[in-house]
Amino acid sequence: MKLIPKKWIPLLTTAAVFVFLFSAASMRFEGFASMYVVADLFSENAFLGITAIGMTLVILSGGIDLSVGSVIGFTSILVATLITDHQMSPVFVWSIALALGTVFGALMGALIHVYRLPAFLVTLGGLFLARGMAFYVKPEAVQIDHPVYDRLGDIAIPIGGGAELGIAPLIFLVLFMIALVVAHYTRFGRNVYAIGGDEESAVLMCLPVGRTKVCVYTINGFLSALAGITMTLYMDSGNPINATALELDAIAVVVIGGTLLTGGVGYIAGTMLGLLIYATIYQITFFASLRSSIATIAIGVLLLGFIVLQKMIHRD
Amino acid sequence: MAESELLEIRDLRKGFPGVQALAGADFRVRRGEVHALMGENGAGKSTLIKVLTGVHERDGGEVRLDGKSIHPRAPVQAEALGISTVFQEVNLIPNLTVAENIALGRQPRRFGLVDWRAVRRSARTAIERLGLSLDVNRELCSYSVATQQMIAIARAIDLDAKLLILDEPTSSLDEKEVEELFAVMDRLRNQGLGIVFVSHFLDQVYQICDRITVLRGGQHVGEYVTSELPRIELIAKMLGKEASDVESMEAATAAAHHQDAAAISNESDEQPVLQTKQYTRRGAIQPFDLTVRKGEVVGLAGLLGSGRTEIARLLFGLDSPTDGTLTVDGVERSGWTPRRAIDSGIAFCPEDRKVNGVIAELSVRENIVLAMQASRSLLRTLPMKKQLALARHYIDALQIKTPSTETAVGTLSGGNQQKVLLARWLVMNPKLIILDEPTRGIDVGAKAEIESLVASLRRDGMSVVFVSSELDEVVRACQLVVVLRDQKVVGEVSGDDLQEHRIMEMIASSHD
Amino acid sequence: MTDHSVPSTTAEAIQPSEASNRISVIRLMGSRLVWPLVSLAVVLVFNAIFIPSFFAVEVRDGAFYGSLIDVLNRGSIGIILAMGMTLVIATGGVDLSVGSVMAISGAVAALILTETQLGMWAVLPCALLVAVLAGAMNGVLVAYLKIQPIIATLILMVSGRGIAKFITGEKIITIGDDSYNYFFDFIGKGHLFGLPFTVTIFLSLFVVTGLFVRMTSLGLFIESVGANETASRASGIADKWIKIAVYIFAAFCAVIAGLIDSSNINAADTMNAGVFTELDAIFAVVVGGTALTGGRFSLTGSLIGAVLLQTLMTTLYTYGVPSDVAPVPKAIVIVAVCLLQSQVFRTHVRRLFGKGAKR
Repeated sequence: MKLIPKKWIPLLTTAAVFVFLFSAASMRFEGFASMYVVADLFSENAFLGITAIGMTLVILSGGIDLSVGSVIGFTSILVATLITDHQMSPVFVWSIALALGTVFGALMGALIHVYRLPAFLVTLGGLFLARGMAFYVKPEAVQIDHPVYDRLGDIAIPIGGGAELGIAPLIFLVLFMIALVVAHYTRFGRNVYAIGGDEESAVLMCLPVGRTKVCVYTINGFLSALAGITMTLYMDSGNPINATALELDAIAVVVIGGTLLTGGVGYIAGTMLGLLIYATIYQITFFASLRSSIATIAIGVLLLGFIVLQKMIHRD
Repeated sequence: MAESELLEIRDLRKGFPGVQALAGADFRVRRGEVHALMGENGAGKSTLIKVLTGVHERDGGEVRLDGKSIHPRAPVQAEALGISTVFQEVNLIPNLTVAENIALGRQPRRFGLVDWRAVRRSARTAIERLGLSLDVNRELCSYSVATQQMIAIARAIDLDAKLLILDEPTSSLDEKEVEELFAVMDRLRNQGLGIVFVSHFLDQVYQICDRITVLRGGQHVGEYVTSELPRIELIAKMLGKEASDVESMEAATAAAHHQDAAAISNESDEQPVLQTKQYTRRGAIQPFDLTVRKGEVVGLAGLLGSGRTEIARLLFGLDSPTDGTLTVDGVERSGWTPRRAIDSGIAFCPEDRKVNGVIAELSVRENIVLAMQASRSLLRTLPMKKQLALARHYIDALQIKTPSTETAVGTLSGGNQQKVLLARWLVMNPKLIILDEPTRGIDVGAKAEIESLVASLRRDGMSVVFVSSELDEVVRACQLVVVLRDQKVVGEVSGDDLQEHRIMEMIASSHD
Repeated sequence: MTDHSVPSTTAEAIQPSEASNRISVIRLMGSRLVWPLVSLAVVLVFNAIFIPSFFAVEVRDGAFYGSLIDVLNRGSIGIILAMGMTLVIATGGVDLSVGSVMAISGAVAALILTETQLGMWAVLPCALLVAVLAGAMNGVLVAYLKIQPIIATLILMVSGRGIAKFITGEKIITIGDDSYNYFFDFIGKGHLFGLPFTVTIFLSLFVVTGLFVRMTSLGLFIESVGANETASRASGIADKWIKIAVYIFAAFCAVIAGLIDSSNINAADTMNAGVFTELDAIFAVVVGGTALTGGRFSLTGSLIGAVLLQTLMTTLYTYGVPSDVAPVPKAIVIVAVCLLQSQVFRTHVRRLFGKGAKR
């Protein structure tokens, strides 16, 4: 009756948009179709990619998390301050930061699940709190100058064409692989889909709904902290203002990647495509020396398009 | 006989604040039988099922499965004991595949990861056990509701289920689909499962069930072998009457109706207030013709789920029809919405008062003036004085018991909420008012008041469509009763024929 | 009806309720406003004791100055946004785009004032147009496409700032503060009746909105739609139009706030204009006693909520807390308020105290 299953339409649209954007840009701009650009797509958006993975899980479960940008900012300044001002070992500092992010996510998840508070409000509180705490740690940017950072900064995997991938995109790509497995090959991952698809049914099917929901926010807290650490690796500094409003970009990437905002439908792979579209749009504005506001507007239009598309597909 | 007993419930009690939902219900299910659990609204069917599946905890009584006393405290525990339930609304995940829906939460794993091949294999086995064949890799939502229902059953019995509860599984299925479901049930019965079948479709109960247990008012009425219980008696038992009583009771009211019938026929050349021709909504009600004349009370009678409410919603424009015509005051209307219905002088008091009726958070006054305000332009607001006067008038006239005009409606009793809703429409002075179960969930005194109100509205020349599951009410209030069964109009009674037993006979008559 | 003596007795029963009518209205309003009022009082009393200068008001050039005046002046943007947000939340929605709409409005005003000779009289209709377009987009997405309000307004939140930046060419446009722009300058910095003009703006908006929603049936319809959408539709209320109207009103409030903001700093700074103000507005509304689920709303409550928020911030600044850290107490208050409204939390607390009593 129908050639393509409905649930594939957004994902295929995403892929088509990406192929179109990338090939159009390659024809228009000399040097666009190079491995340097490809490496750039990943490098510059590694931390966005990491949060977007967490955000995909949250949105798949039918929730939302607005706190991620602030948690990234907080982590980046915390890590930078502890390493530079307090001479602590990076590995120890990272563990502290990851633990804090994880506990923070778990707390928000618990508030959302146990007290049935709206996710957007709780995570909004999280957004305020983490951003304020970031400025409390240190109100201005802090440089990181540490042998471990130097050594990590030297890591570069050649990907052909003379281009190389640094530590930040590598972390992202490894996480991406893990997320693929978790989402598609674990009971936890499948429960996330089920809860987002129909929470009431999931309860009646005796699935561990509460545990899974809290877990999703916990993972997202962990990933946000990790994205913050990745950011310090990429920038060799921390800044309390880092990643302001990044949550919006993360949500946009997830939705453009074909994940249904009401939950239950979507793919981690789609988020990768969404990220690539996002990165390509910014690359194009860079190549064409356009203003970056054009990219913001383009992403807004894509977001609108995908949301309306989803609404039409899932109308009945 | 005792050996084959699978489930035995004795003297089950469960109360909620303000209601005793179960007051000593007994229920027994044997291995390898399909057992119908019957009763009208408030009989306690759903509470009994919820206690049995661990959703509610019981206040008293005993539940034995395989002779052992059980106390499930959550659906998981009930499932582990071998009690599985399939609900009317398919409770599966529409966007996942059939295989995954069957395996969800208990997927076979290899090295800690989901083994998708094993998932599909076991899903196929489960589907085959039902004698079906379908593609387990397709999304659940690509299958019809009927097939989804089967998949839900496949999931339910995938664990070693001993008792399968089917709660209104056939409500949204067509005849052929019901046949398929019954084939599956028959197969499972032969495999030794005990099946509890809750349905309000009499034909289906008589077709598939071995025994019937009737509940009424939270109490056990009786357990019967299906083949030994005439339909009319089943209906009488569900409605709490004796079949023989019903016939004798009617004599008195018949005379009154005779007069009414005469009055109507005199006016029959007058244009009807509302008329439908082959009006229908797929999946809700089959095509029906209905004519409502001025000053006439038309009843819609039938069991729960027979299509009464569906007709009421269509007439008011809450649902849109898939075919047929609707004529109001001789003008054919299309694009029928509540707004247009109200503008044409039609009013609707819905059955689900809390969802479509009163606005619990708002005050009595605001609820009463709401429809009138909505009909006026925004700037032509009723002055507060007028609002209070209207509210007080109707509080008085309908004897609404409320501390003040500013009390939130949600805090009033059901009967008073119903009266507030009526007041909202009476303010509009409609030509036709549709009352869907106006007496549901309210006390006896308030019921009588609403009945007499209906009579006085009619005297004032208003037309009424009166929906009720209480047959005696319908017979007393109406001049013409349209009888429904299984989402279909099966006949009309008026005049001398307008008697409870006639209606019951029509409801009971089988297909063809 | 069956018994003739009954109506007369109920009529008598109704009489004494006349008096209780008024009392219950007061009680109803009271229960909603009591918490924000008490909190505001606590903060003010605290300030009276520990920061005596807080209440000092001095007169210069016929205008009042002081911390209190400062609270009202700085709080004006929050208050104005809260008015619009109140009505949106009352219908069961939320508008996350107001901050971005503020930025657009500032950008449009700056562009007209610097690039054209049209002046203030072109700014106002253009600003109004921005409000109608932005609000209608949000409203249509919510009412007709039935997209959840958070998501529908998120789109404009994301792209709105881009649009604003595009208008200004990604620069901060400085509006000269010469006499030519006198009117525009007056919006954010002028004084009327000895008070900042912004006070006049938010007070008139508050009074006009309050009178309009309560004198017409709009307020009733908004509450009705928010409390029970399907029942409202079944009563003949045009729920979709009500929703579109409140989103347009919220955008209108955002546009005014945007004008004040850019007049204040004499520039259109699209990077920072209105960032996080949507959250402040939601905060003010929730603290002011309007539930996020919709239904009954109180503009007065939101006004008090916004003033409370600004007082809290000003107090913290007085204590030397950097403005960037101030979101921390904000976050704690917002989560606490939500917890207090949560049924589950209440039962937990009750159970906790119940156990304590038994011991």
